[in-house]
Amino acid sequence: MATKQVSWLIPAAVLSGNTSAEEMRLNMTQGVTDISASVYNLHMIIFYICCVIGIVVFGIMFWSIIHHRKSKGAKPANFHESTKVEILWTAIPFVILIAMAFPATKTLIEMEDTTDADLTVQVTGSQWKWHYRYFEHDLDYYSLLATPQSEIHNKIAKSANYLLEVDRPLVIPTGQKVRFLITSDDVIHSWWVPEFAIKKDANPGFINEAWTRVNEPGIYRGQCAELCGKDHGFMPIVVIAKEPAEFNKWMAEQTEIAKNAKAEEQKLLSMNMSMEELMTLGEKVYNANCAACHQQNGQGIPGVFPGLKDSAIALGDVKEHINIVVNGKAGTAMQAFGKQLALKDLAAIVTYERNAWGNNTGDVVQAAAINEFLVDK
Amino acid sequence: MSTTNSNADNHAEEHHGAPSGIMRWLLTTNHKDIGSLYLLFSLLMFFIGGAMAMVIRAELFQPGLQIVEPDFFNQMTTVHGLIMVFGAVMPAFVGLANWMVPMMIGAPDMALPRMNNWSFWILPFAFLILLMSLFMEGGGPNFGWTFYAPLSTTYSNDSTALFVFSVHIMGISSIMGAINVIVTIFNLRAPGMTFMKMPLFVWTWLITAFLLIAVMPVLAGAVTMVLTDKYFATSFFDAAGGGDPVMFQHIFWFFGHPEVYIMILPAFGIISQIVPTFSRKKLFGYSSMVYATASIALLSFLVWAHHMFTTGMPLAGELFFMYCTMLISVPTGVKIFNWVATMWRGSLTFEVPMMFSIAFIVLFTIGGFSGLMLAITPADFQYHDTYFVVAHFHYVLVTGAIFSIMAGAYYWLPKWTGNMFDEKLAKTHFWLSLVSVNVLFFPMHFVGLAGMPRRIPDYALQFADFNAVISIGGFAFGLSQLLFVAVVYKCIKGGEKATAQVWEGAEGLEWEVPSPAPYHTFETPPTIK
Repeated sequence: MATKQVSWLIPAAVLSGNTSAEEMRLNMTQGVTDISASVYNLHMIIFYICCVIGIVVFGIMFWSIIHHRKSKGAKPANFHESTKVEILWTAIPFVILIAMAFPATKTLIEMEDTTDADLTVQVTGSQWKWHYRYFEHDLDYYSLLATPQSEIHNKIAKSANYLLEVDRPLVIPTGQKVRFLITSDDVIHSWWVPEFAIKKDANPGFINEAWTRVNEPGIYRGQCAELCGKDHGFMPIVVIAKEPAEFNKWMAEQTEIAKNAKAEEQKLLSMNMSMEELMTLGEKVYNANCAACHQQNGQGIPGVFPGLKDSAIALGDVKEHINIVVNGKAGTAMQAFGKQLALKDLAAIVTYERNAWGNNTGDVVQAAAINEFLVDK
Repeated sequence: MSTTNSNADNHAEEHHGAPSGIMRWLLTTNHKDIGSLYLLFSLLMFFIGGAMAMVIRAELFQPGLQIVEPDFFNQMTTVHGLIMVFGAVMPAFVGLANWMVPMMIGAPDMALPRMNNWSFWILPFAFLILLMSLFMEGGGPNFGWTFYAPLSTTYSNDSTALFVFSVHIMGISSIMGAINVIVTIFNLRAPGMTFMKMPLFVWTWLITAFLLIAVMPVLAGAVTMVLTDKYFATSFFDAAGGGDPVMFQHIFWFFGHPEVYIMILPAFGIISQIVPTFSRKKLFGYSSMVYATASIALLSFLVWAHHMFTTGMPLAGELFFMYCTMLISVPTGVKIFNWVATMWRGSLTFEVPMMFSIAFIVLFTIGGFSGLMLAITPADFQYHDTYFVVAHFHYVLVTGAIFSIMAGAYYWLPKWTGNMFDEKLAKTHFWLSLVSVNVLFFPMHFVGLAGMPRRIPDYALQFADFNAVISIGGFAFGLSQLLFVAVVYKCIKGGEKATAQVWEGAEGLEWEVPSPAPYHTFETPPTIK
């Protein structure tokens, strides 16, 4: 609510300077799949039909507006009923609609056919990030907005892909049928990539299906399309389509990295990090994962998200604190971060929250202490 | 109004005037007074909801977060929607019905005058509760006017209870208003006023009233389930307890789609009154207009899930709702064609009510076209929840419903006040509104097609230029509406005296009583030819 800065008052000169390299688009994208091309064609057909009807109807109306005006001496005619005409202008639109329904039905049937997929990816939305899990591979990860807060708050210039960039994009192969299983951890989100003509709601407790077969390698950007709370505008989707050979290479690398990270984690259990290390790491991870709700200053948003500064959780029992960070709090927006973050990140967050903003408990929490609370890891 | 009877208790005096002072308005059971109250209330709400739209457009003027935080932005979009739907458009139509329906059918008043008083006077409390909730710790409702669960249940703030009670009161008010309209039309028509002789405004309101009675209880059920899910541990919309969040949307839109027609059918009625007057020609296809209205009302119960194509419906469901939705364009088209045929070979003049009506026909049709596009399910996957949808329903509701209300207000204002309005000022209001409303809403089609989702406080850079244009259109449209207030104020204060008929070519009972309409009209029923 507070006024941040007044730069928005500075007129369009700034605006045009800001405009991204991407061209300004006026129409729906044709996309990069056969389906998205047929959707585009449907859109254009119905648009042209509307244009023709509009020109005819408005044409007749403006003809009488110009020629049948009293100031030109027009005398009103007497007719006010004609069953023939009424039947005619009921029947003609009806025929047009039936003609339109055929191609629409055909495309819809194709879109809903999710059988015989080559690859399956589970897409899970949560406030305010996406999680991707490859069913056929041992790989899953979260995908978060990569645009820094300083760009959003107009402190530095906005980059070309402002609000449409993530830390870890979804990667899929071209030319293969990829099936998406879409669900949510909390509220309803909607996974939308315009270039694939996929928009499917992520409903908590239910799984929706969608599919695509991308023809062109490239980077495709989308956004959450269903209002999902405060940061609904800040959970973009980025999908990179790679040639199958490159995709396989990428997948091999990633699964290797994920395996190593897990092994690394086990080693951590016997190691101790210094307070300084934990605080530095903690601030970074906190700002990326916690600050959206609890705010960078730890004061939360009164009545919506509780503050952590001088709070019972951050100053109270350490075990209680770790538990809520790792396992979340049912029935609230507090997520279970145990499955989202690495052990040392979690340790750093708890340490940071207990010592930042004048909390100064002096408590140092290590990865081993976190591990005790991880039920299924 | 005119004569104040100091001896109000003396009922021997039959033609007593209105009591004076504030108590006149608090205790009034006169349909004209209550109509005025509704209209003034809706005008006030129009400006409050409009102010929120100005906040939204100011934030969206440039990319980045400048003026408001995202959470407050969401409260603005939510309350803007609620206020405009339930506070501005619906009460305005009820106000017009109160004023005009008894006068059009030759009735002395509404059939249930005390209930009429009540259905108005609970409304200010409903909106007071809603608006006050914005000042609570944690803020007001922030889940969109559609309040999808579980965002409105588990994840909402504590103002939700106030939101629920406020919606309940609005619903009670609407249902009482609707009952009153139906009872009045069924029982108080002057002798000889058969159903198929009723003016179309009366017809469309009769059908609207049935829609209201059918769906307002559904809305009440939806908000009550939200309340118990949030505060009393039920699980209607929570999968973990055996519920289903998508069921909320089915229930909401079973209310929500007929609600859309509740806001447009009376508009059709108004336009059907005005176009013949200024064409000096009878309405073309009167009976087909009645049937078309009835078919739109019936079809409105069969299309609700077209708001939900992306929720993951079975294919058969998607096809059914796509076909039914496309079908609605047939009776709607019939109405447009009939209006155009009424103008055809008429003797047209272009007074302000007619200008608004012509703008209505063109711009509402544009909203209808985008509605037809949205019906095509595969394409809807691209349009859904983007600014294309925002453009669509603002064309239907602003240049549709609100333009028709403006047209109706200008059409009947001389009848209400006895004075002609300042035509020059009113024409300025029209032209400024017409230009700015299109600068405001037309580019929304483009940003929507280009991929900008709705309900976001910040956006990617390729949408920046259009958003700046849209915001400028928004500010201009908002400011232009102040002219309307000026016209109404001047017209109440004075002006050229209006005749009983007011407009050359106006036909109907309301034009046979003097202007201003006396406090009591048709105490003896008129005879209908």
